[in-house]
Parts: sequence; C-alpha cells; structure tokens
Amino acid sequence: MKAFLMVLLGVLIFVVIFQIAKASEYVSVLKGEEKTRRQNNRINAFLLMGLLIFGLIGVWYCNELYYGKTLFPQGSASVEGEKIDTMLYITIAITGVVFVITQILLFWFSYKYQESDNRKAFYYPHNNKLELLWTTVPAIFLTVLVVFGLKYWFKITADAPSNALVVEVTGHQFAWEFRYPGADGVLGKKNFKLTTSKNNLGVDFSDPASKDDIHLSNTMHIPVGVPIKMVIHSQDVIHDVGLPHFRLKMDAVPGIPTTQWFTPKYTTAEMKQRTGNPDFTYEIACDQLCGANHFAMRGVIIVETMEEYKKWLAEQKSEYATLFEKKEETKPVADSVAPKQTAQVLPAQK
Amino acid sequence: MSVATLHHADVHGAHDTHHEHHHHETFITKYVFSQDHKMIAKQFLITGIIWAFIGGLFSVLFRLQLGYPESTFPWLEDIFGHWAAGGKLKPEFYYALVTMHGTILVFFVLTAGLSGTFANFLIPLQVGARDMASPMLNMLSYWFFFLASIIMFCSLFVQTGPASGGWTIYPPLSALGDASSGSKIGMDLWLVSMAMFIVSSLLGGLNYISTILNMRTKGMSMTRMPLTVWALFFTAVLGVLSFPVLLSGAILLLFDRNLGTSFYLSDIVVAGKILPNEGGSAILFQHLFWFLGHPEVYIILLPAMGMSSEIISVNSRKPIFGYMAMVGSMFAIAILAFLVWAHHMFVTGLNPFLGSVFVLLTLLIAVPSAIKVFNWLTTLWKGSIRFTPGMLFAIGFVSLFISGGLTGIFLGNSALDVHLHDTYFVVAHFHIVMGVASFFGMFAGVYHWFPKMFGRYLNNTMAYIHFWVTIVGAYLIFWPMHYEGLAGMPRRYFDYSNWESFKQFASLNQFISFVAMIVFAVQLLFVFNFFYSIFKGRKVTSLNPWGSNTLEWTTPLRPGHGNWPGEIPEVHRGPYDYGKDGNEFIPQTTPVGEHESHH
Repeated sequence: MKAFLMVLLGVLIFVVIFQIAKASEYVSVLKGEEKTRRQNNRINAFLLMGLLIFGLIGVWYCNELYYGKTLFPQGSASVEGEKIDTMLYITIAITGVVFVITQILLFWFSYKYQESDNRKAFYYPHNNKLELLWTTVPAIFLTVLVVFGLKYWFKITADAPSNALVVEVTGHQFAWEFRYPGADGVLGKKNFKLTTSKNNLGVDFSDPASKDDIHLSNTMHIPVGVPIKMVIHSQDVIHDVGLPHFRLKMDAVPGIPTTQWFTPKYTTAEMKQRTGNPDFTYEIACDQLCGANHFAMRGVIIVETMEEYKKWLAEQKSEYATLFEKKEETKPVADSVAPKQTAQVLPAQK
Repeated sequence: MSVATLHHADVHGAHDTHHEHHHHETFITKYVFSQDHKMIAKQFLITGIIWAFIGGLFSVLFRLQLGYPESTFPWLEDIFGHWAAGGKLKPEFYYALVTMHGTILVFFVLTAGLSGTFANFLIPLQVGARDMASPMLNMLSYWFFFLASIIMFCSLFVQTGPASGGWTIYPPLSALGDASSGSKIGMDLWLVSMAMFIVSSLLGGLNYISTILNMRTKGMSMTRMPLTVWALFFTAVLGVLSFPVLLSGAILLLFDRNLGTSFYLSDIVVAGKILPNEGGSAILFQHLFWFLGHPEVYIILLPAMGMSSEIISVNSRKPIFGYMAMVGSMFAIAILAFLVWAHHMFVTGLNPFLGSVFVLLTLLIAVPSAIKVFNWLTTLWKGSIRFTPGMLFAIGFVSLFISGGLTGIFLGNSALDVHLHDTYFVVAHFHIVMGVASFFGMFAGVYHWFPKMFGRYLNNTMAYIHFWVTIVGAYLIFWPMHYEGLAGMPRRYFDYSNWESFKQFASLNQFISFVAMIVFAVQLLFVFNFFYSIFKGRKVTSLNPWGSNTLEWTTPLRPGHGNWPGEIPEVHRGPYDYGKDGNEFIPQTTPVGEHESHH
C-alpha cells in the first residue's frame, strides 16, 4: 500500500511538472519568445553562479563531515604507508588548487559573459603562447607527481628486508587461511592436487619442512615493529588482500603467487587508544569481486607486542601434529620446541 | 575502399537528379530496415534510452540494498520472486544487478547509444555526404546491436541468473560455473551478446572512418571539419583497433568455459573439486580486457568532448579556442589510450618497473586533458553566452570532466593506487569522469540536435529542471564517495554493516541512495520530454535555430534520405567563424570575402 502511494505521489508530481512545463511554453509565446529566452538566460546564469558558491561551500562542508571518518587523520598503521599518506597530501594540494581555480573560472566566466546587449563576443580563435603555457605548466606539476610517486612506488614494491617474518596468505571462497613456517623458517611445499577436505591447502606433508608449519583461519597474529612479508595465494578465483590501515593491497591470483610486505607501527591495543574506538580491528577486506559472499570475506589481523606474539606462538600447534599425531593431542608439539622455534622464526633484531 | 567510392557516386547520381522522390518507402524500409543514417541514428538513440532506463533502474535497486541494508521491501519479492526472498535482494542478485548495470551503461548506452547515435547522425550531415560510405553495413551495424541487445536481455531471465562477475568479467570467477551461479549459462549469453556487439561496433566504426576519409564535400578539408567529426573519427579508430582484442579475449574465455582449455586457468580447487587445468594465466585476460577497456573509456568520452566543444563554441558565439590544439590533444589522448591499460592492474603483482612505465604514460594524459579544459574556459571568456539546455549540459560536462579528471591523477599514480584501488574512490572517479560526464555530453547533443532530428524542440522548462536536478544530484551522489574510498571502503560489497572499518558510512550510503532515486526520477522526466516532444513538441520554424555554422543546418527542416534536395553545398571555411569581423556567425558555405581578416 505504501509503495503504491509513493508511486501515485510520483506520478502526481510528474503531471504537475508537465502541466507547468506546457503552460510555460504558452506563456513564452504570449510574452514573446525572445523576451522569455533572455529571461531564462539570466536565471540560468544566476543559478550557475549559485552552483559554484554552494558547490564550494558543499565541498568544504563535506570535508568537515567526512574527513575525520577516512583513515588519514589517524595516520598510517604501517611505516611504509606513511609515504603513501605524504603522496596523498601532495596530490590533494596540487589537484585541489587546480580544481578550485578551474571551477571558479568555468562558472564565473559563464556568469560574467552571459549574453548582453552591451557587449559582443570577442573573436579570439587562438594564441600559441597561451596554449604553450598551459601545456608546460601542467607537464611540470605532473613531473613532480610522477617523480614522487615512482620514488615511493619503488620503495614499497622493493624486496622485503631479509629479516622479514614470512606468512603465507591463501584466499578461497570466502575465507582467508594463514600459514606460518614454524621453527625451521621454511614453508612446506604445496601442490593443489593434494587438496582434500582435511588438507585444505594442499600441503605436501612428505616434505620435512611442512612438519612444523602452523595453520590458521581468518585471524592472523603479527608482532609490531617487524617487517612482515605476505606470500599470497588463491585457491579458486582472484581475491585481494586489502589492508586499508596499512595502505596496502595485493591480488591473490590462482597459480601465480604474489607478495607484499609492511612494518606495522601500532599494536591493535594502541590503535584502540589512538582511534578512541574500543572495537577497533585491523581488517583484511577482499578487494576483488570473488562471488556471492565477497562482501563477507573478512579477515582479522591482531598486531601484538613481541612478548605477546612470542607467547601466542608458543601456544600454537603445527598442522602436521593436528592431522597426524592424534595420540599426543594432550601435549602440544609447540611446547617442546618453543624456545628454539621462537628464536628462529622471529627475525633478527636490528 | 572501391566499393565505398562506387556507392558514393551512385548515391550522388541518384539523388542529385531525383531528389527525394527516388525511393518508394514502406513503413519497413523507412522505420525498421532503414538505410538512412538519420533513421539509424534514431534507432540507436531510442534503443540506448531503453537500455539506459533498464541500467538506471538496476542501480536504483542495488542502491536500495546499500542504503537500507536492514530494511525489507515486500514488493521486491512480488516482482523478483526468489531472487528477493523476504523482500531483500540476494547477494547473487545484487551482484548480477551491479554487473548488468556496468555492462549496459558502458557498452549499450555510452558506446552504442552515444557513438551509434551521433556518429550516424552527424558525420554525413557535418562533412556534407548523402549517407554513410556503406548504408547497408550501417543498417547491419544497428541490427547486430539489436541482436546483442536481445541476447543480453534474455540473459536477464535465465534460471541461474545473468552474469554476475562484474562488467570486467575477470576469470576464473567468470570461467567457472561452480564459483558463481552467474557464471553458468548467463555468462555464455553475456559473451555471445558481446561478440555480436563487437561486430556491430566494427561495422559502424569502419563506416564512420571511410565516410570521414572519403566522402567529405568539396572544400571540406580535414582541418575544416567540426570538432564533433574529429572526435567521432578518433572514437571510431579506437573502437576498430581495440574491440577485436576484447573479442579474442572473450572467445578464449568461451573456450575455457566450454571446451576444457586452460588459457586463464591454473591450480584451481573450487567447490571441493580439483580442476585439471594447469599453466594458464588469469592475468592474461586482464591484459586483453583492458587493452580494450581503457580505450573504451575514451570511446565513451571523446564524442562527449567533441559535442561539448561544438555546443560551447556555438552558444558562446565565439570560435572554439585553439582548434588545432583541440584536434591535437584528442589525437594525443587517442594514442595514449592504447598505452595505459595496465594502470588498472597495479595490484595484480605486476612487475614494478612495468608499473612505473604505465604510471608515466597514464599521467601524461593529463597534459592534453588540461589543454582541452583551458581551451574550453578561454572559449567562454568574453563570449556572449546563451544558456540553452544543450549549453548548460556542455558546461556541466566541463565541470564534471575537471572533477573526475583530477581524481585520475590520484589513481594513475601507482603508489596511491595501492591504497585507493577497488575502493569507492574509483567508483566516484569513473562515474564522474566517464559516466556522468559522458551522459552530460550525450544530453547536450540530444538537446542541441533534437530540432534537426525531429523538426521539433524539446520542452525547455522540463529541460532546465532535468539539468539542474541532475548536476546537483550527480555531485551529491559521487562527491562523498571519495571519502568512503579514502577510508578504504571496497566497491562491490553487498553489505558493510559487519565491517568495523566501513560501517561508519551507513548514513552516508543512505543519503546517496536517496539522492540516486531522485536523480533517476528526473531522468524519467527527460525520457518523457523526449518522446512527448517527438510528436507534440514546439515545431522548428527556422532552418538554423542556434545560428550555427556547420553544414547540418543547411539541410531542409526535415531532410529526406540524401540530406540535401539539390547539390551538396560547397565549404569555404572552417566551422568556427563566430563573431568574426563583426558578423555574429559565418556559415561554412559562405565564400571568404576579399577583405576578410586572416588568423
């Protein structure tokens, strides 16, 4: 019923607009079409000026309302992301100036040079000097942006530092799996043909390196202040490891592993304080449409202090142990090797 | 080429002696299987409007979900059945709507509806030709588009739903029926429909190019062509060179889907099944797709640029500033359009060095774009501006092109793109610069040339309401999306309420959805105005209502097939002699006077 009334209301408004539109056409014939045209011209010129003024106020207002909700006031949560933030500010400054100037010129010229009896259009077909000016000036500013951009681009895409902690991230419809290399610091070999419901990553457990690997689903733990290198896989379609707080994003492509690395600056607890949000969570958002539940493919990263991380790691049990050493279930494997394991899995301190 | 020339001579001969009485036209040959470029243009336009209505309606439906994720609308279930069980869209259906919205608007409306309409209508009229080089192929171009439309329309009704992997149809999602219900028969229909669409686009494009190169009237040198014709020329060249690459990509995808090949597939376990495919590359498809996909952006944008240039010059009563620079910048944009495709792929694991090359080439596009903007501004400067509805939309186009073009500088810079990629920042960027701006160019063109198309005017009051609500609404919808993007809010999400990082935008999403519905309603006002005015609009009484220089206004009020009843007029000057030597305008057909000043 409500929907029906809404439609009825819409139709009614339509009919009213149509009647006014028709009537205005007759009125213009009565008043003289030229006179009506001139009047419309003035009204529209005035409205264009209004659009400019309210538009600029609107841009400012929108900034007041929403800038605080973007991730930039709280700063990048990764060391590398700071460069991206700087890059953003440089770009906003340059494009912002161009935006304001060109929009003002566009609407101000439209208003100022509206048709008038006192003035004829000025015949001005070209001026090579002017055109050269607005070819070279944008080119110079763009060079600045390209130079800064590429400098940062090569930094963030460079090889991860050798002390980086390696975590393998695998996306599948619609969840994230993580694999830590264990005490030997080497991930066991994988082959997608070995995938079963239990061995969901297709790990080749005959490889000795796989014996101490730790597997996790959807929640990932990492220590603060250490470079983290993600080796990214996908099992089915293309996914994307999107880490908005760390300013990172990398596709997970089946058959073609990719990598990205970053150094977290703040623990989750610190971010809760910085943002004033007790529910703050580092989230992994899938950023590549991957099917019906794409929007629910959510991972969580818990960034901890080194001590907390070590403690957490010591409690983990290797996947091999979980799958094949059922009898020893009461005694976690990680316990017996904990001291040695943490020493090797953790990056050398610099 | 020889066929084109022969036909050219034939059309000349026939019409120069017999004028319009040559054909005995029936309803079928006049309105359905017409070979008259003007009628074909109208067919493209009306088909485009129907598609725009469908595509727009889809966006309203998915905005309903985004704006009101907690609400249920029982009438949705009445209409869509199990796809909206309980009055709430299913995610599968939501993604189908998103995918079809993109496909319809990018290809069926802003490619076929825009180029198809205005290239057909304006090229022969503005270069002084009786018709296209091959009217027969031209007719086939429309009917292949019609066939593509029918197949795409049918795909909406298959049991497993239409394609739902996004308009970019990245495999493996689009290749595997097990990965998504939209990747079942709906996807095959999508690919077949696009193949038909590409045939249509090629037939049209080849025709536009050969007409422009071979059939210009006496005196119409290339540098005397209106900027619309130049824009449509570059558009056609882009289409002819890039669409075949998409076709090959689509055929390989069909093979992967149905014949067991592994062009795009490797190492896949889906729905518990280990697939045998090995050695393919999912990224290969993205290269093939974006090799069309990026030129496609300019296929959509260039006609809008050309028409806006023309309309701004006519209504400022001034020559377009820097005609040669305008042509040169379009040429530069057309060349660069082929060299920037991988900027869509900065986060695919692309080699960083390769990425840096694409950053450089992408940001280079800003230079010709800046030239165009400043030349438009200088054209307005010291003009005598008449705000016809067409002119308002052309000014709106420039405003939107600036706003959306500048955000391209963020996205083209790979370091920044890493944060902004696939967020609402991208949605805001391309909707403003490619979607809404091109729509504004299209509206400008429709308002400006409607009198020539139908011999009647559109109603001005409705036109002004249409413009003002649309431009304010477009900015209200898309401007705030930049902030969502800066917060990393991903595009193509069905629901954000479970995300700690994105749920703070719930009220903003609701606001955007609300404005989107109003803007959609105002487009219905335009559609109504359009169809009403075809039959009941105020009649055009002046041959040249806008005081324009170009050739289309030298034809009769309602030109027949062949366009000019007598000889085709000869051209003596460029198209933009407005305000020269104290004359308000000097049509291209006026010979150059002895004392005329030179520039």
